[in-house]
Formats: sequence, structure tokens, C-alpha cells
Amino acid sequence: MSVLPRTSPKVSQAVAFSLLWIAAVVVIVPVAAILAIMVLKGGKGLSWELISSVERGLLPAIAGTTALVALTALISAPVGIAAAVYLSEYARAGTLVRLIRLAIVNLAGVPSVVYGLFGLALFVTLLQLGRCLLAAACTMALLVLPLVITASEEALRQVPRRLREASFALGATRWQTVRKVVLPNALPGIITGLILSIGRAAGETAPILFTGAFYGLTHPFPRSILDPFVALTYKLFVDATEFPHVEEAEKWATAAILVALVLALNLVAAIFRARLRRARRW
Amino acid sequence: MSSAQRAWEWIVGKVMQLSGAMAIVFVILIFAFLLREALPLLRSASLRETLFGDTWLPTSEPPKFGMLPLLLGSLYVTVGALAISVPLGLATAAFISEVAPRRIREILKPMVEVLATIPSVVFGFLGLLLVGPWLMEVMDLPLPVFAGLGSLMLAFMAMPTIVSVAEDAIRSVPMALRENSLALGATRWQTIRRVVIPAARSGIIAGTLLGLGRAIGETMTVLMVTGNAAVIPGRLVGILRPVRTLTATIAGEMGETAYATPHYHALFMIGLILFVITFITNTIADVAVRRSGGPAR
Repeated sequence: MSVLPRTSPKVSQAVAFSLLWIAAVVVIVPVAAILAIMVLKGGKGLSWELISSVERGLLPAIAGTTALVALTALISAPVGIAAAVYLSEYARAGTLVRLIRLAIVNLAGVPSVVYGLFGLALFVTLLQLGRCLLAAACTMALLVLPLVITASEEALRQVPRRLREASFALGATRWQTVRKVVLPNALPGIITGLILSIGRAAGETAPILFTGAFYGLTHPFPRSILDPFVALTYKLFVDATEFPHVEEAEKWATAAILVALVLALNLVAAIFRARLRRARRW
Repeated sequence: MSSAQRAWEWIVGKVMQLSGAMAIVFVILIFAFLLREALPLLRSASLRETLFGDTWLPTSEPPKFGMLPLLLGSLYVTVGALAISVPLGLATAAFISEVAPRRIREILKPMVEVLATIPSVVFGFLGLLLVGPWLMEVMDLPLPVFAGLGSLMLAFMAMPTIVSVAEDAIRSVPMALRENSLALGATRWQTIRRVVIPAARSGIIAGTLLGLGRAIGETMTVLMVTGNAAVIPGRLVGILRPVRTLTATIAGEMGETAYATPHYHALFMIGLILFVITFITNTIADVAVRRSGGPAR
């Protein structure tokens, strides 16, 4: 190799690689710091009394978030899974499929606050649901729909073709094959996707701001899906921005519970997926 | 197959197709509702006044709905975020796929994914209680909330998108290209810089655009840490002063706005603008992803 008066390639490689190492460290350190702070600060404020107290609002917030994500999953799962079945089992490549995929990509990119506006205009105002759990869950279901479709389709596509062919060879129809062969085999993957979308819904704030979340409710626990509710994200937002007199320890505890909940859901999904991969020998 | 069964099969097929088409229906519905609620604004203000007016005073008498400060606020925060997250994310993606030892990679990837799961309201909370006050002290700033703080938080929120899309693109560059370059005597770094990165170009552009879409649409963090001052930001010091973005304006004001007032319509107009911006960036990004992942290469 010719020796040039400029920096040798070896030296510039060493410099470049050290910079790449530094970049990775710069990305990782804040993540580790956030988790550590959550454990330290959140852990300090966390007590059974705080969690179970109705007046200070952690229990209603936990209940509200749980109800919201359950309803969200219930609404988004049928449409999302059916759409995935269509894309994976029924559709032939063409304009419709191309358009559906473009729509999914764009739904995934619509800002969450715009979903909030849409929910306000359609569910709260036009359909006259008012600001309630149902309106918020419908809005949230739209937001997670692209996630449900994408994850379910991936799970369906991983079912090997020969299982379908064997079913067809036995005289089964397409729907019989989907229902008895493809869906049962794809179910664990579909559930993984649903858990991930629940995690997403639990962490969102903007879509529920004007569709159902309230603070200081006379009935802290929603008695029906037409009642307003408190969510962990909403409580954290209001406590942090509007109520400086709320004890700092309580704010950190709310943040820690929220992060723990979302991380736990994602961890469960990840473990589920890893097990699936190991157990499956088609 | 009996004719009843045939009919049933046909019906099920149609139901599935309809469910798939719902994705298209929802995109159109969102657009239609934003239009329906935004257009009445033009009865009380012209489009030019709205888009380029320099004063946002929705509750004054008469109200002023000039969105220029908000557009510039979003632009400032987003450009700042990308200036941090694109180089850092790209470097991390290159590091993960080309340089990192296996064990480091296996720690790094899940850590980046963890970043994607942390709720935006938590980022806002951390910025408001921890990072903002700290930066104010260290940099001797007048306020603990400013545009650059939003950029910093957003940069980390957009990072997972940029890293994972760019990493996929880098990974899908054929091994033969790298081997050819190395066989010609190039170092690994020369190979990465001159062969791998250029070959992964469309994927990297796609990742950047998706990151841009995330940053411009992010709401809660920005609402909490950028100070919510609807003023036109000054040139460079603007980064260190409070601003107000499009998203934060909707989130901060819609709660107290009465139905079908000009203010209500103005907030939907902002939503419409956001929808159009993200629709364009996502569609371009989708085309770029398809090009980079396409089979014929």
C-alpha cells in the first residue's frame, strides 16, 4: 500500500471506530440513566399506601389505564386480525393491496394528537358519546390498528405453506384452512402483537386528552364505558404541569409505575416471542 | 362443495377484504373530518392570514390565528432534533451492524428498543423536572424550558426509529460488496464509508424521514418542555428560548375551547397541516424503504 503524506487508512479507521464507539455510548448512557433514576427516585416515593389510596389517585389511574387498554384491545383486535388475514391469506398483489399497505404506513405516522382531534370530532361530538372511556378507547384502537395488523400479518406469514397445502389437499376450503390450521398456529404471534399494542396504548397521552381523560372526578372509578376516567399518563401530565403542590415523590412514583408497566408488557411480549422461536420446529 | 358452503366462503372472503380496506377508509375519514372541522375557519380568516400571519392570539378580541410562529416553532424543534439524532443514530446503526462485537451488540439493541417504549409524557416529565433545570444552571439560561430542550428529548425519542431502519438497510447490503472492497485492499472503515453506507442510502433516507415524522408529530414532551411561547423564534439564540409547536398548541388549547368557535376550527386547521406534512414524509419514506428492500438489486 502506498504511503501517503495524509493520515494513513489504518489511523483514520482507528479514529472512526472510536467515534462509533463513543456514539453508541452516548445513546446508551441516557437509557441506563433513565432506568436507574426511575428505580431510585420512583422507588423512594413508592409505598403500598400511595398505590392503594383513592384520594391521591394512583389506584383510579391504574384502574383507568387498565380499562382503557383492555377496551382498546377488544376493539382493535377483530378488525386488525381480519385485515391481516386478508393481506396474508386472501389478497393477490394488486392496486388494492398496495393502497392498503400505504394506508397502514400512513396511519402509523399520523401524530397522536391528530388522532385525538379525530376522536373528538367523530366519537365525542358526531356520535355523541361524550368524553368517556368508550370514545377514548375507539380513538386509541385506531392508533394501534397499524401495529396490530403488521404484527398479525407477520405471525400468519410464518405459518409454513405446506400446512395450508396439506389442508387444501384434504378438501378443506380456504376459510376452513384459515380457521382450523393457519390461525391456531399463528395465535401466539398474534397475541404477542396485541400485548405490544396494549403497551403502546398504555403509554399514550395525547389521544385521550380531549376524548375521555379527566382529573378530580367525583367518581374516580368509571362505572361504565360511558364514564370519564383517569389514566396514569394523564395523571402524570397534570401533576407535573398544573399542580406544583403535589408531592414530588408522588410524581416520581407515578412515572415509575407507568414506565414499569410499559416495560413489563414489552418484556412479556419479547419473552413470548423468543420462546415461540425456540419451540417451533415445523 | 355445496352451494351454501360456497356462499359462506364468498361472504367470509368479502368480510376479510372489507377489514383490510378499513385501513384506507380510516385514512380518508381522518382527512375528511379534519377538513370538515378546519375549513369553517376560512369564514373568519383568510388562508394567507392563517398560514403566514405572525400573531397567534386565539382568545383576544378580535382573535388572531397567525400560524407562522407555530410553524417556525415546530421547524426549530424538529431540525434541532434531527441534527442530534441523525448523525448519532446513523453512527449507532453502523456500529451495531458493522463494528460491535457480538456481546456488545446484544446489549445495545435491546437498550435502543427500550428507548422506544418509554412514554412521551415520561420524557416530558424528565425534561421538566431534571434535564431542564440542570441545563439552565450549567448553561446559565434564563428559563428551564426552551426549544433546544425539546430537540434534545425528541432526538432520543426518534433515535430507535432511525437506528432500526438504518440498521436494516445496512444489514441488507450484500456481503459480496463488502468482500470485494476488502479484497481490493480497503480497510473496514473505508468499506463502510465508501461501499456499505452508499449502498444503504435509500434505507438511511427512509429512516431519517420516519424520524422526522415522529419528531414533528410528537406532542406531550414538546408541550411540557419547550415553554409554550407563541413567538417567532430569533435566529440562533431561538434554540435557547421558549417556543410553541403545532402539536403543543392543539394539546394545550383544545381542552378549553368551545365547540365550533373560530378557535376550535383553527386548532383543527393545525391538525390538518400536521396530517398533510406527515402524510407526505411517510409516503416518501415508504417508497424509499421499498426501494432499499426490493428484491432486484
